[in-house]
Amino acid sequence: MAEPFLIGDKMTGGYGAGPDILHDCTIAVERGEIAVIVGPNGAGKSTAMKALFGMLHLNGGAVRLDGETIDALSPQERVVKGMGFVPQTANIFTSMTVEENLEMGAFIRSDDFSDTMTQIYDLFPILKEKRNQAAGELSGGQRQQVAVGRALMTQPKVLMLDEPTAGVSPIVMDELFDRIIEVARTGIPILMVEQNARQALEIADKGFVLVQGRNAHTGTGKELLADADVRRSFLGG
Amino acid sequence: MDFLNALVALANFVIVPGLAYGAQLAIGALGVTLIYGILRFSNFAHGDTMAFGTMATILATWGMQSYGISFGPLPTALLALPFGIAATALMLLGTDRVVYRFYRAQKAKPVILVIVSMGVMFIMNGVVRFIIGVRDIRFADGERFIISARDFKEMTGLREGLAIKTTQAITVVVAFVVVAALFYFLNRTRTGKSMRAFSDNEDLALLSGINPEHVVRVTWLIVAALATVAGVLYGLDKSFKAFTYFQLLLPIFASAVVGGLGNPLGAIGGGFVIAFSEVTITYAWKKVAVYLLPEQLEPTGLVQLLSTDYKFAVSFAILVVVLLFKPTGLFKGQSL
Amino acid sequence: MSDAVKTPLYFACVVLLIVGTGIVQGWNSALLILNMGLISAIMSLGVNLQWGFAGLFNIGIMGFVALGGLAAVLTAMPPVTEAWAAGGLRVLSGLAIGAATVIGAIFAYRHLAGRTRTGILLVLLIGGFFLFRAVFDAGVAAVEAVNPASTGYLGGLGLPVIIGWPLGGVIAAGAAWIIGKAALGLRSDYLAIATLGIAEIVINIMKNEDWLSRGVKNVIGLPRPVPLEVDLQADPGFVAQAADLGLDPVLASTLYVKLAYGALFAIVLVILLWLAQKALNSPWGRMMRAIRDNEVAAEAMGKDVTARHLQVFILGSAICGIAGAMMTTLDGQLTPTSYQPLRFTFLVWVMVIVGGSGNNFGAVLGGFVIWWLWVQVEPIGLALMNLITMGMADGSFLKQHLIEAAAHMRLLTMGTILLLVLRFSPRGLLPQR
Repeated sequence: MAEPFLIGDKMTGGYGAGPDILHDCTIAVERGEIAVIVGPNGAGKSTAMKALFGMLHLNGGAVRLDGETIDALSPQERVVKGMGFVPQTANIFTSMTVEENLEMGAFIRSDDFSDTMTQIYDLFPILKEKRNQAAGELSGGQRQQVAVGRALMTQPKVLMLDEPTAGVSPIVMDELFDRIIEVARTGIPILMVEQNARQALEIADKGFVLVQGRNAHTGTGKELLADADVRRSFLGG
Repeated sequence: MDFLNALVALANFVIVPGLAYGAQLAIGALGVTLIYGILRFSNFAHGDTMAFGTMATILATWGMQSYGISFGPLPTALLALPFGIAATALMLLGTDRVVYRFYRAQKAKPVILVIVSMGVMFIMNGVVRFIIGVRDIRFADGERFIISARDFKEMTGLREGLAIKTTQAITVVVAFVVVAALFYFLNRTRTGKSMRAFSDNEDLALLSGINPEHVVRVTWLIVAALATVAGVLYGLDKSFKAFTYFQLLLPIFASAVVGGLGNPLGAIGGGFVIAFSEVTITYAWKKVAVYLLPEQLEPTGLVQLLSTDYKFAVSFAILVVVLLFKPTGLFKGQSL
Repeated sequence: MSDAVKTPLYFACVVLLIVGTGIVQGWNSALLILNMGLISAIMSLGVNLQWGFAGLFNIGIMGFVALGGLAAVLTAMPPVTEAWAAGGLRVLSGLAIGAATVIGAIFAYRHLAGRTRTGILLVLLIGGFFLFRAVFDAGVAAVEAVNPASTGYLGGLGLPVIIGWPLGGVIAAGAAWIIGKAALGLRSDYLAIATLGIAEIVINIMKNEDWLSRGVKNVIGLPRPVPLEVDLQADPGFVAQAADLGLDPVLASTLYVKLAYGALFAIVLVILLWLAQKALNSPWGRMMRAIRDNEVAAEAMGKDVTARHLQVFILGSAICGIAGAMMTTLDGQLTPTSYQPLRFTFLVWVMVIVGGSGNNFGAVLGGFVIWWLWVQVEPIGLALMNLITMGMADGSFLKQHLIEAAAHMRLLTMGTILLLVLRFSPRGLLPQR
């Protein structure tokens, strides 16, 4: 079997010199797929994603992007390598307009990025409408779209979303998931951490259930939704 | 006629000086607010940075004068300004390299940086005194007035004169140009936008590939220009004295805080709020009142709310009131 | 090296510095440094209380020191009865009107709302201001007209000057309370800016309110807590004793007076140091440090951070006020123009940082060491410049300029020391335990 596009292989590590949070944890995303990381609070979901992005120190395991080991790269260098990351909080420039947010997303690009911007406006029509408004004045769901749009401006080869639906209403959440599926249809692999496990697994090609920093269950979204053990432990029956 | 006379007196003693002083404070406060927005500390060395820039400009002015270079009716110092800015920029970049960068890498608390800036202030103050001394230096040359009080009276036949000093007009024009250029830079250019992004959300700016060291360097360059311009304009308008520039720190900080630290538009607004409060509160209104009030009501005293010796008290009082009631500043809007 | 060794060792070095100065430059100079060192140490102790214990950034030390100086004058100078008769009551009632206006305005602000509040506030403030000026100005004019060449002010209470020391603390504490109320609880930078402002204003008031402090005409001839040198020289007993020690009576009298001041100051320093140590190791001190190290956590534990900060800010400022009163006593005069922020605010900061913030002994040590340097840098700088310019032609511009500029070496040196310590030894000579 060919190796997944992005894989964190048997990652063990924690923040700085602190205790290990992840233990032999493997997360991977294939080309053209959506992978989600779910699990109870404090399971190390966001930590696993940050590990993939180079924001914590790994004591064991490796991160490979398209077959290349990228353990030594800083988060910024990983952006250049083609990883797009949307943090959970503070993921937009609140005082800048929507368009300026997108421009800043494209900061590392020296080519003409107006095409990409058009694509993003097509994906998120509301952003086009509010392009000259300060991003901080938008609603929660719109802000998340700005955040995703900003990350897409680099034309990433893989997009990582840390709890994109945290703190938004269920209706907005559905809309956001629709948008994320649309992004995935453009061919970008997506890895996301989600609190709303059921909805996330419904759209996922692959799911990783973490418990206490370890892989508890791994499988396709459907498999996990069907798994009695997974349902009982945190999907609420 | 009396009304016109009152208006002219008001323009002469309040509006014109207030505009000039406000512009000087605004440019000074812009420097403070920029450093606060990007480097995230209150730079107590700013007054002395202004003094340094002015000193460098004065030296260049003297150099030019000794070669017989002049700027016609305008002060030679305007020609020398680029040299002053360049010297200040070198000095600030050097200071950043030797002093501030270390603390940035350490992610030191802002208050530590403030103390560090105090040390820098000491040194800059010492350097300025060392090089140019402590005496009062006037370096404005060229035409003194655009319009003198006497000419104005002859022209209009009014009893009150309106004098506009060349330096005052220059101050307002230069301030306008500088502010326009700064806002163009911040809002229209890639580097300027990256500075705003960095100020808004440092982590996300890093994620977007914005190089913090580059942002910091550009910031110091702009601050060098702003501080030198503010210092030279103030010095042309009044005079240069190292200690006065240190004292300007209070009204400048008051302007920046009143406008909301980190908010450039606020800094400009704050500068004028402070300047006009200072001028109106310490101005003896008798002259204006004499024209406006009927004879029986004419005031006997000077109708001065506070003696000019207390001008700092005005900035301070406004500062305290703002801190008490609206610590984020009076002006809404983006922070940088 | 352990603290138990380090502390006495460093203090021994200070003694050595002062004794060395005595041997090289004369005992009068040495004692002068010692006395000002004692006062500096007290200021440094006060600032350390604010910064080292609580992390409060006060750069208005000069203002509190000056207020202390004013307190010494108001306590010790004899009252000017003519001035009191001319306008004393008017001035006081003017001030009372001013205070009543402010209190009334605060009261109205708190207990009213809406348009009524705005209206009443405006009427109160504007009316109060003009009433205040009407009453006050005439009083001031009357007071200042009384023999302006030698008095022209209300004078003081005519009490022993030592009473002025605690009074200086009280007045400084009052000013600190006002500032603290406005600026504590906000970003640390705001407190710094506010204190910088109050210091300037205090100095402005002292320079301009002649009825209070004679302004730039200075108050001279402050009564002293120790005998006058000339009286000692006229005292046959003292002269005889001096002769026994093999000293010239003039020299003996100057040394005696300085030693007496030194003893008084040392007593104050020891008392304050003892109190500061007690405070540091009390539950109150531990709480302060807990707040300093993690304000959020302390707040979550139910500590009223702002109120604690206000306490420590007032205490530290009061100590600076006491030191200021002592300094004016030592000088025997009040010269408002001599208060320079670089000398009285920033230098004290160098003392605290170099000595070791958070450590009371460190602050005291810093006070002595930095004061000694401050005094000695100038002659050293001059010597250095003389050395550098030795090869240059006499009367050359550069040589003259360099030698004149040596006077400004102090600021450069102090700034460099501060930056070097912050960078390479941020915990200071005697780090906090």
